[in-house]
Amino acid sequence: MATSAIGQQRAHAAPAHGEKTGLWSWITTVDHKRIGILYGSTAFLFFLMGGIEALIMRLQLVKPDNTLVGPERFNELFTMHGTTMIFLAIMPISSMFFNYMIPLQIGARDVAFPRLNAFSYWVFLAGGLFLNSSFLFGAAPDQGWFGYANLTSRQFSPGANVDFWMLGLQILGVASLAAAVNFFVTIVNLRAPGMRLMRMPMFVWMSFITQVLLLLAFPVITVALILLMFDRFFGTNFYVPSGGGDPLLWQHLFWIFGHPEVYILILPAFGIISEVLPVFSRKPLFGYAAMVFSGVFIAFLGFGVWAHHMFATGMGPIPDTFFALSTMLIAIPTGVKIFNWLGTVWGGSIQFRVPMYFALAFIAMFIIGGLSGVMHASPPADLQQTDTYFVVAHFHYVMFGGSIFGLTAGAYYWWPKMFGRVLDEKLGKLHFWLMLIGFNLTFFPMHIVGLNGMPRRVYTYPKGLGFEELNQLETIGSLILGFSFVIFLYNIYKTWRAGRNAPADPWNGSTLEWSIPSPPQEWNFAEVPTVHGRDPLWEAKRQRGGQLPEPPHVSGQGIHLPNPSHWPVVAALGILGMMTGVILLPHIGPWGIMAGGAILLFGVFRWAFEPAG
Amino acid sequence: MHLRTAAARRLAGLVPVLCLLALVLVGCSPDHYPQTALRPLSDFAKIGDDIQTTTFKWAVAVFILVEGALVYAIFRFRGKPNDPEPQQIHGNTTIEIIWTVIPALILAAIAVPTVKGIFETNATPPQAGLKVEVVGHQWWWEFRYPDFKVTTANELHIPVGQTVALHMSTMDVVHSFWPPRFAGKRDVFPNRETRLWFKAEKSGEYSGQCAEFCGIQHGRMGFRIVAQSPEEFKAWAGHMQSLVAKPPAAQSEGEKLFLAKGCVGCHSLNAFEAPKGLIGPNLANVGARSYIAAGTLKNTDENLAHWIMNPQSVKKGVLMPNLGINADEAKALVAFLRAHQ
Repeated sequence: MATSAIGQQRAHAAPAHGEKTGLWSWITTVDHKRIGILYGSTAFLFFLMGGIEALIMRLQLVKPDNTLVGPERFNELFTMHGTTMIFLAIMPISSMFFNYMIPLQIGARDVAFPRLNAFSYWVFLAGGLFLNSSFLFGAAPDQGWFGYANLTSRQFSPGANVDFWMLGLQILGVASLAAAVNFFVTIVNLRAPGMRLMRMPMFVWMSFITQVLLLLAFPVITVALILLMFDRFFGTNFYVPSGGGDPLLWQHLFWIFGHPEVYILILPAFGIISEVLPVFSRKPLFGYAAMVFSGVFIAFLGFGVWAHHMFATGMGPIPDTFFALSTMLIAIPTGVKIFNWLGTVWGGSIQFRVPMYFALAFIAMFIIGGLSGVMHASPPADLQQTDTYFVVAHFHYVMFGGSIFGLTAGAYYWWPKMFGRVLDEKLGKLHFWLMLIGFNLTFFPMHIVGLNGMPRRVYTYPKGLGFEELNQLETIGSLILGFSFVIFLYNIYKTWRAGRNAPADPWNGSTLEWSIPSPPQEWNFAEVPTVHGRDPLWEAKRQRGGQLPEPPHVSGQGIHLPNPSHWPVVAALGILGMMTGVILLPHIGPWGIMAGGAILLFGVFRWAFEPAG
Repeated sequence: MHLRTAAARRLAGLVPVLCLLALVLVGCSPDHYPQTALRPLSDFAKIGDDIQTTTFKWAVAVFILVEGALVYAIFRFRGKPNDPEPQQIHGNTTIEIIWTVIPALILAAIAVPTVKGIFETNATPPQAGLKVEVVGHQWWWEFRYPDFKVTTANELHIPVGQTVALHMSTMDVVHSFWPPRFAGKRDVFPNRETRLWFKAEKSGEYSGQCAEFCGIQHGRMGFRIVAQSPEEFKAWAGHMQSLVAKPPAAQSEGEKLFLAKGCVGCHSLNAFEAPKGLIGPNLANVGARSYIAAGTLKNTDENLAHWIMNPQSVKKGVLMPNLGINADEAKALVAFLRAHQ
């Protein structure tokens, strides 16, 4: 089997002929693979920042009445931790996989709009830097990632903290929407001949559904943030009760976005483990059609459950009943997915490689998050659970036990394809066990302290409420969890030093990306493949008696590729300039907005009339 | 000897494990946590607790079954790289229908008591009892008893065995009132009244706190609930009605300071017919309360003096400024406030 070939083949040590190098080639790149790597590396740095923020919080909470960080700093930390992990880590790490893997899995040479893709990345980077620059001005957002009105009004939050958050999210929204349009069109239009919708790899399906969610959910938060911007800068009263506005309006708008956002964060991980489980069970995905339709159903229902975040507002019995039942309904397609993953593993020949460890742990952890989710679906019970550490435990089992474990499975799985190197197995397993143990020590006790009366978002707790012991345990767990990523970093460093060793198909993969060299050449496929089934590579291998020859590197002459362009960067700078202008209102702000707008218009104009190549 | 050391070493290795186990066992019992939501003491809290218990039992059953199946599969279907390819199964409609229907049935079993509980908890209180107005402030709680025209702060007195109906609002931002032993959370809004009711079953002093993030001191927005026999409660309310404003006489050093330092601008010393929504907590019976600064400090003379001299070091960002009060002045103020029982 091809899996045994790792380490024996040290193929392609030198960069392929014609590979472009240098900083400028990265700034102007429109290659989806390079943009994917940019997304991934940037997002991983933000992930480490968000992790450090979390560790500082855990150190503050290690004992009662601790004074390691004061209340302002703590409020900034939990706000930035949530915002960072959602918008600057999990979403863009998913974007790395969308970028790198969607074209490869559907047999395309790039995404539909390569320059728009570059634009998305640069706008994302601008948004991340804008948000985090607030630390330098001592005005990091401190109102929570959910930014509930009317605490966010000028009266109660006079500083620039909320402004950085609101405008930063607005920038990131532009990046997300542009990327969503791009991947949507890519999946609809650029599939290889024969790849019907019901033959797409499950990762592509889940990515496709994610793009639809992004396209429908982000306009809502955009509008909500614009109303907030008007309240804060131009004296409107959308959320200000003294002027006739309503803080509840914000909660509704925010969660109409916020709940689908949860599925935006988890569906890509669903897709990844639906790739990893079959490959390492050497058995096709169980119940493909049910997996597709349960994904669609989850996304659809995801727009009809938002007010389960608001049971404590006292909406009355009819809305409570509606949102309780719709929330419970969502457990059914989610359960179908879990059972189908089990069905995939069942009867297989499980190959215990690092990606499989993470994928199996994903299932185990996600079940716990799902079950505590069903517990919140009952409003009378949720009135006790909401806004306590029980909820913190729940969503970390979904977002970390789910998304992060899934994305890590994807990282180990696709690392050889992206970098031509198989990550070290021993270090990978060490990373896995530390992460699993650290994760559970950190988050499982939170269920217990939460139900026993510890609210969320408190910078400290008094002695005598019994929270000390389990909080200590959580802090120990979080340090182990943090350390597991040091091992991961060391693994990356070590395998980087060791040089390229990955064959095209190190895992006996079933999808098209494993049919081309690792890493792929710029044009991906020298010849666009024709697809005859759901597991095209397995079928090809069976027809040829088990193994395919290592694909050759080709010269790529005559293959049309888009030219590099620097105009997407210019346009992204324009957006950054405009938002910087808003934060400087009223004095120099208008000039900043006009300058930024002019740069944006100029960039888009030049981009539009640039020769395509 | 060698054996004994090996055994001792093995035992020593067990110590941290045993410590951890003890920690977890202690940590798991709700009795370890005075503010627990798992030992409900009212009719309202029991509705939610019953549903939670039912759901939890189902969750444990599903957890054991599904995680068990996963662990079984992991051990049973271990493969080696050179094993023959397993049977290629693409699905099974019957099994897929079964595992769609069974969760639906379990959810239905949870949904029935849930909907019943929703209507029970949203109903108007079963019988007209005591009405209390709860007013959220950054970062303390005002409690008003319209039946008695009495106001107090951060210490909610209620009679056991009578339904208490809370009519809640806020003077500033959204908060959430959470008395875990008696009820789940109910958010309070500046532009609408929200309600919560419960009938306390056991007397005693309990804690609660704000559960919706409300700014810098959200973490220090606690309150106490004093559940008393109806007779004790009546006596308390009657006593509070007697705490009426006296004309300022500046009889004591403390009272002079209370006026001169501007304390009186935010705090009322008058429990009866006090105005609603003052910036600072009502102090008419502050001397008798068990905590000060919304559950932050025990109400000792030392703590009270510390708080009066330097509130910003105790509770940074609190609306009470440091007024430059020295130790002697604080002592006089403490004596004055302590007399307000």
